[in-house]
Amino acid sequence: MHPAVSVIFFTVASGAGFGLIFLLGLGFPVGDGALRAFIVSLAGGGLAVAGLLASTFHLGHPERAWRALSQWRSSWLSREGIAAIVTLCLFGLYALVWMWSGARPVLLGVLVALGAATTVFTTAMIYAQLRTVPQWKTRLTPAVYMSFALASGWLLASALGNHASPEPWGIALVALAWAVKWAWWVRGGRARLSDAGSTPETATGLGFIGKVRLLERPHSGENYLTRDMVHVIGRKHARTLRVLALLLGAGVPVAILTITALTGAPAPVNLLAALSMLLGLLAERWLFFAEAQHAVSLYYGKR
Amino acid sequence: MTSLPAATQKRLGLVIDLDTCVGCHACAVNCKEWNTGALASPLADVDAYGADASGAWLNRIHTFEVTPADAPAQIVHFPKSCLHCDDAPCVTVCPTGASHKRAEDGIVLVTEDLCIGCGLCAWACPYGAREMDPVENVMKKCTLCVDRIYSDTLPEVDRIPACVRTCPSSARHFGDFNDPDSNVSRLVTERGGIDLMPEMGTNPVNKYLPPRPKTNSVSRTDPGRPAAACQPAAPRADGFLGWLDAALDKLG
Repeated sequence: MHPAVSVIFFTVASGAGFGLIFLLGLGFPVGDGALRAFIVSLAGGGLAVAGLLASTFHLGHPERAWRALSQWRSSWLSREGIAAIVTLCLFGLYALVWMWSGARPVLLGVLVALGAATTVFTTAMIYAQLRTVPQWKTRLTPAVYMSFALASGWLLASALGNHASPEPWGIALVALAWAVKWAWWVRGGRARLSDAGSTPETATGLGFIGKVRLLERPHSGENYLTRDMVHVIGRKHARTLRVLALLLGAGVPVAILTITALTGAPAPVNLLAALSMLLGLLAERWLFFAEAQHAVSLYYGKR
Repeated sequence: MTSLPAATQKRLGLVIDLDTCVGCHACAVNCKEWNTGALASPLADVDAYGADASGAWLNRIHTFEVTPADAPAQIVHFPKSCLHCDDAPCVTVCPTGASHKRAEDGIVLVTEDLCIGCGLCAWACPYGAREMDPVENVMKKCTLCVDRIYSDTLPEVDRIPACVRTCPSSARHFGDFNDPDSNVSRLVTERGGIDLMPEMGTNPVNKYLPPRPKTNSVSRTDPGRPAAACQPAAPRADGFLGWLDAALDKLG
């Protein structure tokens, strides 16, 4: 699959934003004061909104994006749009009450957290529902998206707060997220098109005669299908990117959190851990798309 | 509504005969011609007469080589357009209701004015039946020539899809699969029509008739397979991605 920069940024940024919103809704301690409440709320809402806006750049007709809210009965993409908007509205209200009164309404907060979790889940289901990409079609996909959102959200919450959050929790969440991703990678290696039973033979129905090989493409140049779904060039640096993802997404954040915990360094140091993890997640998300094999590639002699 | 109808009154679709298709691409060309001038927006091309021509087509003809274990390889031309699946995954993923399956005849269509061009329907389709229009930025797909088959003005003989009308080797047939006595139903029964990628659970309406067995002539020596010389060169990234590519090359 073609790793579109807008979609990679969207899933990473809005994941972290909704992860932060989830924790704030559950009452994650970030210190007192309207200014503090404003800054952390702006970070959560801003990242979520920036991600959603980026995703509209991926559309052919962004001005019609509102129409995507209509088909929640069948479409995960529609559900995601609704969940995101409802969550952001509730969170806006939550942040206003928080800044105004200094108190954090518990019930509204729980609703915000539920909404944020639902939003990230629906984002992941857009991919996890596709039979055409066997590597994505697993319950591990929403587990990966949600645990990365939680871990990166936690890093942001701890960095923007007043250090009331013990770092071992952050280390545990980062480790958990990468453990889930590791399981996803292991499964992904065994869930390619051929493992799902899809081959050039089933794609053409000619397997009863013999081995099938593409002799000639229908067109001499590229087309939408080959650019978007038979995109293999993005796999060129797969090994390097996986190492970078692990290093920036897991190694560096854990090291920084450990140092903060041991030295009592001020909370904003954790911002480095958060930024590093987000960079690592960009590499991870690139691979999520670039390494995915789409069924239509079988008609083009590729995987 | 992007929920699928429980059942459709008719199940209109195509039978494609892989035994008689000669790979002339006439069906694709006539499809392009008709659907460029038809009711919806034109089927656009970009750089149509240049070195990097690209555009939206609703029908593509692949050519495969099939090698049996004990006989010489054979060539099979393979036309591919929307299969108007009973369980069309491209319909249910659509967030706007643009993509829909008609309850009366089972045709899967895109309402272009509702399409936001997200591309998710194309991702959901295992067959590559949907292509984004490079100018209109909406999803295009085979309409089964809905503007021909129900036309009041075209001569009766032309009220079939353009690809079927134009095929010089009668490799394409149009009809109602719900009618057991229709030409398409009979062909499927007689010739053992098959589904493409049944493992995807799409239940396609269109069926493919497999090539008839070849008469075995005396086997000659294998002249060796042509090298992969016809493969296009790997695309190269430029700009920022080009720099990133070079930097990552250095890393490992």
